[in-house]
Amino acid sequence: MNSLIPLLVAAPLAGAALLLLGGRVLDRFGHWLGTLAAALSFAFGLVLFFDMLGRPADDRAVHVKLFSWIPVAGFRADAAFQLDQLSITFVLLITGVGTLIHLYSVGYMAHDERRRRFFGYLNLFLAAMLILVLADNYLLLYVGWEGVGLASYLLIGFWQHKPSAATAAKKAFLVNRVGDVGLSIAIMLMFTQFGDFSFAGVFENAPQASQGKLTAIGLMLLLAACGKSAQVPLQSWLGDAMEGPTPVSALIHAATMVTAGVYLITRSHAVFDLAPDAQTAVVCVGAVTLIFGAVVGCAKDDIKKALAGSTMSQIGYMVLAAGLGPIGYVFAIMHLVTHGFFKAGLFLGAGSVMHGMDDEVNMRHYGGLRKYMPITFVTFALGYLAIIGFPFLSGYFSKDKIIEAAFAKGGTEGWILGLVTLVGAAVTAFYMTRVMLLTFFGQKRWRPTADTSGSAAGEERMPHPHESPASMTVPMILLAFGSVFAGGLFTLNSSFLRWLEPVTGHSEGHSPLPSGVVTGLTIACMLAGVGVSYLMYGRGEVPVVPPIGSPLTRAARRDLLQDDFNHAVLVRPGSALAAALVYFDIKGLDGFVNGLAATIGGVSSRLRRVQNGYVRSYALSMFGGTLVLVATTLLMRSA
Amino acid sequence: MSDVHSLWMAAAGGGTASIPAPQIEYGQLSPMLIVFGAAVLGILAEAFLPRRLRWGTQVTLALAGLAAAFVAVLVLANDGYGTTKSGLIAMGSVALDGPALFLQGVILLAGVLAVLLYAERRLDPRVDGVPLDAFTAQGAAAPGGEQEKQAAKAGFASTEVYPLTLFAIGGMLLFPAANDLLTMFVALEVFSLPLYLLCALARRRRLLSQEAAVKYFLLGSFASAFFLFGSALLYGYAGSFRLPDIHDVIAGTAPATPALASSTQNDVLLLVGLAMVAVGLFFKVGAVPFHSWTPDVYQGAPTPVTGFMAAATKVAAFGALLRLFYVAFPGLRWDWRPVMWAVAILTMVVGAILAVTQQDVKRLLAYSSIAHAGFILTGVIASNRQGVGAVLFYLLAYTFVTLGAFAVVTLVRDSKGEATHLSSWAGLGRRSPLLAAVFALFLLSFAGIPLTAGFTGKFAVFQAAAAGGATPLVIIGVLSSAVAAFFYIRVIVLMFFSDPQPNGPAVAIPSAFTSTAISLGVIATVGLGVLPQYFLDLASKAAMFSGH
Repeated sequence: MNSLIPLLVAAPLAGAALLLLGGRVLDRFGHWLGTLAAALSFAFGLVLFFDMLGRPADDRAVHVKLFSWIPVAGFRADAAFQLDQLSITFVLLITGVGTLIHLYSVGYMAHDERRRRFFGYLNLFLAAMLILVLADNYLLLYVGWEGVGLASYLLIGFWQHKPSAATAAKKAFLVNRVGDVGLSIAIMLMFTQFGDFSFAGVFENAPQASQGKLTAIGLMLLLAACGKSAQVPLQSWLGDAMEGPTPVSALIHAATMVTAGVYLITRSHAVFDLAPDAQTAVVCVGAVTLIFGAVVGCAKDDIKKALAGSTMSQIGYMVLAAGLGPIGYVFAIMHLVTHGFFKAGLFLGAGSVMHGMDDEVNMRHYGGLRKYMPITFVTFALGYLAIIGFPFLSGYFSKDKIIEAAFAKGGTEGWILGLVTLVGAAVTAFYMTRVMLLTFFGQKRWRPTADTSGSAAGEERMPHPHESPASMTVPMILLAFGSVFAGGLFTLNSSFLRWLEPVTGHSEGHSPLPSGVVTGLTIACMLAGVGVSYLMYGRGEVPVVPPIGSPLTRAARRDLLQDDFNHAVLVRPGSALAAALVYFDIKGLDGFVNGLAATIGGVSSRLRRVQNGYVRSYALSMFGGTLVLVATTLLMRSA
Repeated sequence: MSDVHSLWMAAAGGGTASIPAPQIEYGQLSPMLIVFGAAVLGILAEAFLPRRLRWGTQVTLALAGLAAAFVAVLVLANDGYGTTKSGLIAMGSVALDGPALFLQGVILLAGVLAVLLYAERRLDPRVDGVPLDAFTAQGAAAPGGEQEKQAAKAGFASTEVYPLTLFAIGGMLLFPAANDLLTMFVALEVFSLPLYLLCALARRRRLLSQEAAVKYFLLGSFASAFFLFGSALLYGYAGSFRLPDIHDVIAGTAPATPALASSTQNDVLLLVGLAMVAVGLFFKVGAVPFHSWTPDVYQGAPTPVTGFMAAATKVAAFGALLRLFYVAFPGLRWDWRPVMWAVAILTMVVGAILAVTQQDVKRLLAYSSIAHAGFILTGVIASNRQGVGAVLFYLLAYTFVTLGAFAVVTLVRDSKGEATHLSSWAGLGRRSPLLAAVFALFLLSFAGIPLTAGFTGKFAVFQAAAAGGATPLVIIGVLSSAVAAFFYIRVIVLMFFSDPQPNGPAVAIPSAFTSTAISLGVIATVGLGVLPQYFLDLASKAAMFSGH
């Protein structure tokens, strides 16, 4: 059965190779090939999952060594996979949601000339992401880590003819590099400290390492997680990444890749548990991002960017939970999975809306769409209810657990974190209700767009919103099921807790508030958010031109000035440094080199005159040379 | 007292004492004897064969003689004379050991390549159906005079260059094997005199050629005088010409005699003698400050002869220098080490710096050869076995690259013969990409770029020098290499990245002779760069001098 594990990766990898190298022959059916590869991988995942279920809890983790990757003296890296409860959870999420999104893309990308390439990149992403979660050591994880970064770059910039897409891809790549450097430094630290970077080796030896070293490793891992998961301060790329096709936003920038940071932290729990300072940093990053993303999400009029802010905020929840230690790991992953369902569903819904509205993304030009796109509306609404934590839907269970765990952290810290998460829940309800109301309710605020297809190219026409084809609605419906039921299923009998506990460990915290009170508060906050949002957007006209708004709103529209901040703090000094180095290079180094060359040339010209062509001079120079030779030898002797 | 010495004493004493016949091992001397024999046959052919048959006969004879001698070297090496059975022959005057055999092999290969270049007759258009080579029709005729024109019209050719070259090669074979100073001197003269003549025989620019020959002759004689004077002083100190005996006297292991007791008290004789002998050899390798003949002679001599001199003379002279410093004066004594270091540093630095401003490709290669002499000297100074092996390998690599480079120079021509001014090489890569690429390869090898023979050689000598405690020399060597890389790369840039001159030179289509020579050069340059290990092993196995 274990021989199936490599096939998990091999199927999408082969698909990517075929699609990217196969040529135009595959244009006609390449998208189905890609979908098949994803589905195959999902099927393998299911088989392995049920196989694992059949074994006792202690016996569930398996290792498969593929080959000796880098065998050098004193340095060993194997390409080996580790399939345990944590990784199979990810495998199912990645391949399951991945397959649905492949299917969705068949319809969504139907008119794109480069559809085959798109599916090739999607398959490449799946393969890399699976390597990331299956690796049994940090070095192989790094391969997957870079692989998903590459796929993300390629897919954000898929419409590279648009300068904004090309720029966004570059931005995502560059910001991610900062995080990647963190991961590589963490790996180097592990190697110097433990002489090993397999999970087993590192975790086993971690207790012997000094506190400082562990904190350093933890902080570097956190930096990596910040880059990949768009956490403050490396969050700036995620909003721009929405330039990519919507299925990409759903799969990579909502459901899977951006949660890799949470995976990394949870996987490295043995390190973080021993480094409280690093854990505190994790919690802070999570809390700040939670609020940051939520505020940004409130101000955006672009439906995808509003959802991107929401993604940032929800991952903030997960990172916060992961930073809480053993009381939070399981709930971080649980929220990750439920979020994977409802956020993917929401993005697919947004894509469906854009599809019907001629690629309009500004919600102020939507309105009243529920009658035109009933399936999209219903699935989107279920996702919406799930994310705001409506009782008994997925998000309700997972978010509630995180809020409880935050209170259970204890002390002042617990109170602060609990309140932050509660405020976050209220703001989430606010901005999601806003999205819902602006899109599906209220007046039609549609506007004509330039027609780019058919004979009437160039003319403006009004959008004719319509329901999307079945290949798009079916995945939305399936994801809606997940949005509704996943949370309940996981919480029933604490099944998810018992499932993951052997890997991540778990301890119950002692909340200062009874569990019922926390739940009540959460629901109250949620209702407050919904209410305020309804008061603002649900009753009267929604202006098509956004009002100027408060300074906070204006800042939030500009992503809370993140780019201005980066520009002032990083870009400007960076350019100044580069300019200074160029100046030094030209005036200093080049000056030195040119001066040296000129000196040698000058000496050469002068020496040339000695070569005057007269034998008598030559003979004299030989004679002089001999005299000096003899004299020096004699001098040396007497010395 | 040496055997030769006693022989002379016996002869001078006259009287009734019969002269004992010296014991000569003909078989073990066969490489030299074959070459000298071929040369003598060449002279006879020159005298008795009709003019039209001479060229073919001489070329065949020369190539056959060199090939046979090379086979003889291989047979001797195979018999273990280079390693296990090495020793002294011909009454102790000649050493038969690894360095001698290795360098004799290299010199013979250089000779083969040189003869191939001599035999090229397709570069100039035929005159009255007579093919022209690089040499004047009649060496005795005054340049530009009536007699010269008539000789050219009559289709005369200086086919005596072949036997002259064979004599020179014979001398060169003896030079690195010579085990006493007198034999060394005789070998020096035997190979120098034919070279003086050969330098004067250029078909084009004969005045320049003759001027070069006269300069070479005068300065060469001057240097030979130093060598001879130095030998006499050393004899005065040690009472023997033989290198091992000199070593014994210096080391104090020689049997004490009254004559020795008085002379060894004063080592001024030793030091001055050594310095002057060294001057003679420094002149031949072209070390600064005894290098001034090199550019003028290299430029004036017919290019095939320049290539031959640049390669073979350097090999022979470095062989003699190695033997002098490893057999007679093993281990650099502190009192003359500074002098050796100074000469090596000056040679590297001056050669590299002067090459920077050269405008003539032959003069450029001349200064390049001076700089390379400096690099090889660092290997000599290493004074360890590794250094000997490194120098042997360097000489092997350098021979092929040098002859290849000069062969390319013969092909770039305009109406006045070879176009050696660098400006006319501009844009050569556009018109003759293959030839320019080959020349670029040789230049890169000179510069010591990895994957070429030059890199391996330079790496070997620098490594040996560093191991021998001469790290400062290595640093200066590397810096000089950087300067040298500049002018090599400059030529490449000129060939490939400049616009060709409107009426620039054309590249002549060579016959099989030159093509073969260039191909061998390319193969060796790449082969010794990419897969050098076999030859490195061979050189290091051969790096053992036989003493007594």
